[in-house]
Amino acid sequence: MTQWSGYFGLILQGALVTIELTLMGSVLALIMAFLAGMGRVSRFFALRWLATAYIEFFRGTSIFVQLFWAYFVLPFIGISLTPLQAGVLALGLNVGAYAAEVVRGAIQSIGREQYEACIALNLGRWQGMRHIILPQALLVMLPTFGNNAIELLKATAVVSLISLTDLTFQAQVVRAQTGNTLVPFTTILIIYFILALLISWGVRSLERRMARGLDGVRA
Amino acid sequence: MSASAPIIKIDDISKSFGSFKVLDGLSMQVMPGEKLALIGPSGSGKTTILRILMTLERIDGGHIQIDGEQLYHMERNGQLLAADERHLTRMRQKIGMVFQLFNLFPHKCVMDNVTLAPMLTKGTPRAAAEKRAMELLEMVGMADKAKSMPAQLSGGQKQRVAIARALALSPKIMLFDEVTSALDPELVEEVMNVMRKLAAETDMTMLLVTHEMGFAHDFADRVLFFDRGRIVEEGKPDEIFRNPKQERTQGFLKKIIAAGHRV
Repeated sequence: MTQWSGYFGLILQGALVTIELTLMGSVLALIMAFLAGMGRVSRFFALRWLATAYIEFFRGTSIFVQLFWAYFVLPFIGISLTPLQAGVLALGLNVGAYAAEVVRGAIQSIGREQYEACIALNLGRWQGMRHIILPQALLVMLPTFGNNAIELLKATAVVSLISLTDLTFQAQVVRAQTGNTLVPFTTILIIYFILALLISWGVRSLERRMARGLDGVRA
Repeated sequence: MSASAPIIKIDDISKSFGSFKVLDGLSMQVMPGEKLALIGPSGSGKTTILRILMTLERIDGGHIQIDGEQLYHMERNGQLLAADERHLTRMRQKIGMVFQLFNLFPHKCVMDNVTLAPMLTKGTPRAAAEKRAMELLEMVGMADKAKSMPAQLSGGQKQRVAIARALALSPKIMLFDEVTSALDPELVEEVMNVMRKLAAETDMTMLLVTHEMGFAHDFADRVLFFDRGRIVEEGKPDEIFRNPKQERTQGFLKKIIAAGHRV
């Protein structure tokens, strides 16, 4: 029994790494989502093009290959990343590309009359975006952001392939050392599920808090 | 500028939506302080004129002068160039607009709806902006709802807040686009009362697009009847409503009366 508790400790350490990856990856994904999502609706052609190129590229290629590229290829051009850095970079850029389309869609879902009110009140484009459009669009984005965060959580498992000691990696270690597959893999299955539930709940309560007193924002 | 110069000078403007010509070589002038009512059938171009003055639609041709300055053009070295965003921003300071569907910001309380633009566009300190907002909300009878969210208000209340919001920027010209059309009948009067008071107490220039002929009659110094992008007839309210000269004006008014609108 003491042996199993040692192995569970290992898996819990892996859970911390997975959580860390998810949080840091989400932050990067969020930043990229807003940069690229707003780039997509920019009036400058170059920005629109850049944002579209980023989104199409990172949606159109495999997260595995992106991760390997970040970890194994970047050193050849003089950028050596730790496994954690490479993991955060690949996950953040990959999920950020999906979330960017969420940002764009939410911004475009805000009615024309809100934009016209901004013009009639002489707000600048950025002022209107910052104070009027984005706060309302955020509420539209939130549920899908929750999905994206859960996708990101699940995608963290790929970093075990570059020797980052996350949940999946530790489960492999336990399997190699004990020969048991049922216990480690069932354990991490449950832990992933619980983490995903926590994200769902977190996003939903955030949504409820932000929706208070609003009308017309969500049809 | 002498007092007798027009504050709005529209010169031969045209505007099409696709193949539909909304405005066709329209010219008109508005004097400072004038209260104008624009009436006419749907699609006659009256709302489009307001939207063009608010720079929500661009013109295809012609010129507009606001307060002696070109709206859509800038004079550089004696040449007229298309206006850039900075020029438009400066010109928009002279103009305010109230919309048919209020267009309040649903995520901001009544007070913030009114103070946001003065604070952001004029750098008015919050305390001063709120003091002015309270005066305006007082005037439209909404002071007790300053902390309410738009969702908690009736249509008439929303529209009165929208009027206060537009006034907070102290524009020289106010545009009212069918401001009572979206309201339940019993709420129309409260908005009209606010506007009657506004018309009587201020020297702002006001342009009103409306289907309420009785209101147009009380509100306006001059009534313009539009049809197919042109001014068919204009004159004092009594002339237009009691004694219209053009056949099309007579036909329109007859139809409106038959539809149950008050004159």
